[in-house]
Amino acid sequence: MNHSPAIRVSHLVHHYGRRKALDDLSVSVARGEIFVFLGPNGGGKTTLFRLLSTLIPLQQGEAEVLSFDLRRQSAQVRSAIGVVFQSPSLDKKLTVAENLRHQGHLYGLSGSQLRQRAAAMLDRLGLSDRARDRVESLSGGLRRRVELAKGMIHYPDLLLLDEPSTGLDPAARSDLWNYFRTLRDDQGVTVVLTTHLLEEADKADRIAILHEGRLVALDTPDALRATVGGDSITIQTSDPSRLASAIGVQFGREPQVLDGFVRLEEANGHQWIARLVEAFPGQIESVTLGKPTLEDVFIARTGHRFWQAPSDGTAPALAR
Amino acid sequence: MAQLIAPTSGAIAAPLQSASRPWLAAATLCQREWVRFVRQPNRVFGAIGQPVIFWLLFGAGLGPTFRLAGEDAARLSYREYFFPGALVLILLFTAIFATISVIEDRREGFLQSVLVAPIPRWSMVLGKVLGGSLIAMVEGLVFLALGLTLGLHFSALMLIAIVLLLTLVSLALTSLGLVIAWRMDSTQGFHAIMSVFLMPMWLLSGAFFPPPPTEAGMSWIPWCLTLAMHLNPLTYGVAGLRRLMYWNVADAPLPLDTPQLSTCWIVTVFFAVAMFALACKIAGQRTTGDMP
Repeated sequence: MNHSPAIRVSHLVHHYGRRKALDDLSVSVARGEIFVFLGPNGGGKTTLFRLLSTLIPLQQGEAEVLSFDLRRQSAQVRSAIGVVFQSPSLDKKLTVAENLRHQGHLYGLSGSQLRQRAAAMLDRLGLSDRARDRVESLSGGLRRRVELAKGMIHYPDLLLLDEPSTGLDPAARSDLWNYFRTLRDDQGVTVVLTTHLLEEADKADRIAILHEGRLVALDTPDALRATVGGDSITIQTSDPSRLASAIGVQFGREPQVLDGFVRLEEANGHQWIARLVEAFPGQIESVTLGKPTLEDVFIARTGHRFWQAPSDGTAPALAR
Repeated sequence: MAQLIAPTSGAIAAPLQSASRPWLAAATLCQREWVRFVRQPNRVFGAIGQPVIFWLLFGAGLGPTFRLAGEDAARLSYREYFFPGALVLILLFTAIFATISVIEDRREGFLQSVLVAPIPRWSMVLGKVLGGSLIAMVEGLVFLALGLTLGLHFSALMLIAIVLLLTLVSLALTSLGLVIAWRMDSTQGFHAIMSVFLMPMWLLSGAFFPPPPTEAGMSWIPWCLTLAMHLNPLTYGVAGLRRLMYWNVADAPLPLDTPQLSTCWIVTVFFAVAMFALACKIAGQRTTGDMP
């Protein structure tokens, strides 16, 4: 077993014109883990994906993928990784089997070895009966499976995926994660994916949260949640800043005002709710009590709500 | 929803890193071009239909008024004069359709997986260009059969030479198309370039009309026209085909100033090599523009 990291990047900086997409990013991914880069859109994760997949060249900083230098050994990196893009990469005019055959040829496979691998991939992904169908006739979920088969045809040690759940229904999403776990457990494949979905990141072994091109948190989902103190209390009120300062004066706490809500993190949240409702009668329209989520981690580390555009505070950036 | 994971049986083969095989990659991309072409019948029809229609209509319409300068005037019908030009037009259209597909490949996402595959860029370019040229060649040969109606006779050697020249011209034109299309993000943009650059290049190749005869004291417009036609590398492809059509025909009806066959070969080989090298160079640059 190789103990060097699957991915090691240090001090990565990347610009698109004057906009800084990655800002001194350093992170290391161990072999055999399912690792998620989580962040809102524009956080820098797609740029990182493009760099790691060798689609765009490194600007500043160093990066190693499976011990190969990304700058000088991109050919070796390409052979050793499997890449699944967010946008489809299948030729819709070709059949499923033809797509896999071309992909195998691009990775130097041919003959009976390629036929066996393609058959095995189709079998594992439940696509055998659709092998002769043209891709244009498949549903979105099935196409995503073909993308996975394509990315894994050369048995890479590292599978790199950009927003793989986009456009999948919950059942297909769950299947996808089962497949990731199988890859990790049976073949020791390192699975690295980007996502903007908080509930998806929760399933990973470790999460790196990216915000405005910087790493703001890196740990297991449980450890990250544990860093947020106690329960999170969210209060809806007509004048959030006045209520927040009143809570500050009366209880000596420092509640945050986010997106029109007052937020507090306290141990024993249920007792606090009673105290607050009693102390400010008529001012509280609704109160929500929750265990800390990854969104709370994000808020605690960045001072922003996950779905809020960082600077201008306009409509949530739900779509790319 | 079917279960995604079929039960895995037995041991799974150890991961094996693949070696780069550029020729295999080129062959597979070439084959893909061909399969895509055959599966889009309107492309097959469009690429050969328009030149045939042009050839028949222009032949019929311009025939009565067309007269070559010089003594061969009466012996060459316009339909016969236009024949190699229409053949090159087929190559041009097919090459254009083939290379427009690189814009679609980029937009539809197929290209991105080729760009991260462990193959050198020249093998990707070769696959694309060979695929386009193969399609152009087949269409060209179908059209060549119409030459029998002109009373042309093809010997085996002559056919081989024609096929070779057609291949070189196709390679040059598909490479040129790729150079233009590589950085484009819309097919509309390509159509604009086609109207102002590729079609005039064809018009000024001697395909449609011969260069005005050079004579002392000619005005500057025909002089520029003649110069442009002599500088246009496609001129030598058309002239080469014209000469090969009348291989071993004594007293062939050739326009004045038709370049020598050897010149045609040299220029066409150089044209193809230069365009292919340029296509490799342009496609070889990894930039942010490679993003879908």
